[in-house]
Amino acid sequence: MARKADSSFLRRSNVNQKHGTSAIRLRGPGRSRIFFAMTIFVFVYGAIAGRLILLGLQDGDPAERFLAAQSSVAQARPDIVDRNGEILATDIKSAALYAEPRKIPDTDEVFDGLISVLPELDTPSIKKRLESNALFTWLKREISVEQRQAIHALGLPGVGFRESNKRFYPGGQTVSHILGTVNVDNQGLSGMEKYVDQAWLKDLQDLGFTQDRTMEPVKLSVDLRVQHAVRDELRRSMEYYKAKAAMGVVLKADTGEVIAMTSLPDFDPNNRQQALEKARMNRVTGGVFEMGSIFKGITIAMALDSGKVKLEDGFDATKPIRVAGQKIDDFHGKRRVLSVPEVFIYSSNIGTIKVMQKAGIEEQKAFLKKVGLTQKMTTEIPGVARPLLPPKWNDLAAMTISFGHGLGVTPLQMAVAGATLVNGGKYLEPTFLPRSEEDADKLAQQVLKPETSEILRYLNRENVLRGSGRRAAVPGYDVGGKTGTAQKVVNGRYAEGVYLNSFMSAFPMSNPEYLVLIVLDEPQKVEGQRYSTAGWNAVPTTASVIRRIAPMLGVVPDFADDAETIPVSYQNRN
Amino acid sequence: MVSRTDRSAFAEWLWTIDRYMLIGIFTLMVSGLVLSLAASPPVAERLGLESFYFVKKQALFLIPSAAVMLGVSALSPRYIRRVALVVFCVMLVLLLGTLFFGSDIKGARRWVSLFGISIQPSEFIKPVLVVIIAFLLSEGRKAQDIPGQLISILLFGIVAAMLVAQPDFGQTMLLTIVLFALFFLNGLSWLAIVPLGLMGILGVAAGFTYLPHVRGRIMRFLDPSSGDTYQIDKAIDSFIAGGWLGRGVGEGTVKRILPDSHTDFIFAVAAEEYGIIVCVVLVTVFAFVVLRGLYMATQDQDPFGRLASSGLIVMFGLQSTINMAVNLNLMPAKGMTLPLISSGVSSLMAISLTMGFVLALTRKRPQPRKNPIITVTRAAPVQPA
Repeated sequence: MARKADSSFLRRSNVNQKHGTSAIRLRGPGRSRIFFAMTIFVFVYGAIAGRLILLGLQDGDPAERFLAAQSSVAQARPDIVDRNGEILATDIKSAALYAEPRKIPDTDEVFDGLISVLPELDTPSIKKRLESNALFTWLKREISVEQRQAIHALGLPGVGFRESNKRFYPGGQTVSHILGTVNVDNQGLSGMEKYVDQAWLKDLQDLGFTQDRTMEPVKLSVDLRVQHAVRDELRRSMEYYKAKAAMGVVLKADTGEVIAMTSLPDFDPNNRQQALEKARMNRVTGGVFEMGSIFKGITIAMALDSGKVKLEDGFDATKPIRVAGQKIDDFHGKRRVLSVPEVFIYSSNIGTIKVMQKAGIEEQKAFLKKVGLTQKMTTEIPGVARPLLPPKWNDLAAMTISFGHGLGVTPLQMAVAGATLVNGGKYLEPTFLPRSEEDADKLAQQVLKPETSEILRYLNRENVLRGSGRRAAVPGYDVGGKTGTAQKVVNGRYAEGVYLNSFMSAFPMSNPEYLVLIVLDEPQKVEGQRYSTAGWNAVPTTASVIRRIAPMLGVVPDFADDAETIPVSYQNRN
Repeated sequence: MVSRTDRSAFAEWLWTIDRYMLIGIFTLMVSGLVLSLAASPPVAERLGLESFYFVKKQALFLIPSAAVMLGVSALSPRYIRRVALVVFCVMLVLLLGTLFFGSDIKGARRWVSLFGISIQPSEFIKPVLVVIIAFLLSEGRKAQDIPGQLISILLFGIVAAMLVAQPDFGQTMLLTIVLFALFFLNGLSWLAIVPLGLMGILGVAAGFTYLPHVRGRIMRFLDPSSGDTYQIDKAIDSFIAGGWLGRGVGEGTVKRILPDSHTDFIFAVAAEEYGIIVCVVLVTVFAFVVLRGLYMATQDQDPFGRLASSGLIVMFGLQSTINMAVNLNLMPAKGMTLPLISSGVSSLMAISLTMGFVLALTRKRPQPRKNPIITVTRAAPVQPA
């Protein structure tokens, strides 16, 4: 290391002299090799510069740039209207001002014209942009109609407007979960907006057919008036009974059309942020619940339809059932032998289990599948939850499922199954789009004998006349239904007094046209009430809903004999 | 202006330094800061830092970096060797340290924290290793009894082993090429170059066969449809979007998508905002520094100075060309910083050290002429009595 490089040239010269030939060799290749390296670097840097220049020449596909600018403007969407043509969602048009500087002959004239209408454009940067040689430049987004008109009237060359669209929901929160939301680019994110995109709109937009066209509105099966009434009543009940959440579904019984669907708390689709809050989720299609006693109607329908159980059969409900270390008992048990109608009306857990057992577990499984309670429901709205099945469908699971525990389903699924029980036994997948009766008949699957459905109508009506559904009676509309008070699981155990209350009803029961399912999550006792069970909250809520919607829906009231169910054959409506 | 008769150390330095190269290097340093304005804010925002965090850091370290470079450039070759040896020993220890105490970033241990500053020893060990190997080779050539080549390969082997252990294949590859370049510049016989070249090809083939990610990268380069070329595609989009004159500072969009926009892909990001003309100018400055450095090396009669400065310049040139070629999709993707431009304190300091060495070794020194007896040296003025 200690070689004296700088100070000993003489010595080095001597060294060179000594090994004269080697010194020349040393100098020779060393230098030529460096020149070799320089040549290589010249080529490499040259290649890099060349590549850069080639890329620079690629620039200037003006059409592509122009299209890119166009597609960044929010696309148009079709209006969404309810079954009567009321607007639920619409686009508000606003204009965006742009310039094509290359086409401007006199920049000063255009600039002065623009700032006479839009003084805020009087900036050096705007002037510079107009003077540039660019093909396209945005000047201002979202200008008002008056400003647009004023600039248009000036007749400035090289200046133009692009339509841009903003989604607006005039009803605010009313139809929120059905409609869903769109993002800032007007693309559907949830609800029917997303369905419309997926079904056909996306393809159309990609082809560029949605710029300035008026599209045929999308008609839904929903009735805005009914939707409003249901939501309004639910909101009141939720407040009055201090419930955590409330859900309501109105289905047209013989077509499967959803007339109204509400899940509270809901959100305002005009305010996208709200839609993301977990508490505002759509519980009707996106939540699964153990629905409780409203399942008993399904169990009884299954048993009767199997032919193994007759209406008059007696079932011993004197003693609680003990199974797998657990005791299943009745709420206010009668402690005697009950007939099938009594099992239904008194909502006997013991009786329902025995009815199920007489028909058999296989029969139960097959029937639940037929009414669509064990598989994911298919409908237009995205984000439908899958039912929560028991890990093993053994004796115990079958027993609890018979009275609505141990199997979680979405409320909409439950409503569809409920409609099947009373509409003559036709299973129809729910739809948010209009469906004619002919189409419904084609789609319908007969899963129950019409006679069984007839019996279920009678049982439901009896329950309103004499059972737990008494508060649902609405004079003239022949309401029938079944209550459900499901204990909720808190910290892994069924908790006393924490209920999911529901009432599944249909009207008029003699020939049901509409099915109404009302669910209240954890309603509390109010003054003068002894219990917080379904009969005290979900049932009266249903009554006020039906009282409001039945006249709107054009159901003809019949005051002739409000006390008895009149068989459909004697009815003479239309 | 300093008089030519001034014999102070500063005057000596000022009159002997290669000012063209110095201007080139300073141009690159300032450009690095300017390009960082475009490329680093999105990365800083992604990391939850203040927008101009990396810009400020770069600016802050530019001063000590320049000081290191200028300070080193004033050293004599003998001191260069001493500094190189000391730095080499320290960095070898730190490099060993990274394997045990290094912080794990993206699956590699390359960083070690020293007095609260995290440094990347592999960046620093590269230039000093080049200086040491240049010395060993030149000594070995002069006195046949010194096994310079053997010791060089040994030292290289130790460093390479540690780099592979980190793992850092990019630096290992760079160092291997530089080692080969040093042997080549030292006048390695063409008869030896051919088999070595074949070995290199075999090595690449082995990597291709046995290292799936190497194969993936090469295949994606040869056939873009065979895999995900997202980063490269975006980089090319960036060049095209920028056009000749760029979109303007702050108008870039691709930088928000490219993960390493402030280091490996700074060139592409800069292109979008400043335009291709600026990029071509940048390439020209790099080419100028490299060619000027190599030319200056040829003027050096001292084999050590010539070998060391040309080796360092080759490393600098390789790093810049590899980075730019990757950005332009001219070669398979390989993480490599753009010297003096990319953000990164260790990289900046190490390159400053490298260029300091080069400037020092290419300073005008008295050179023996063709006739070795006649030497031209700067005569000291007659001291007034």
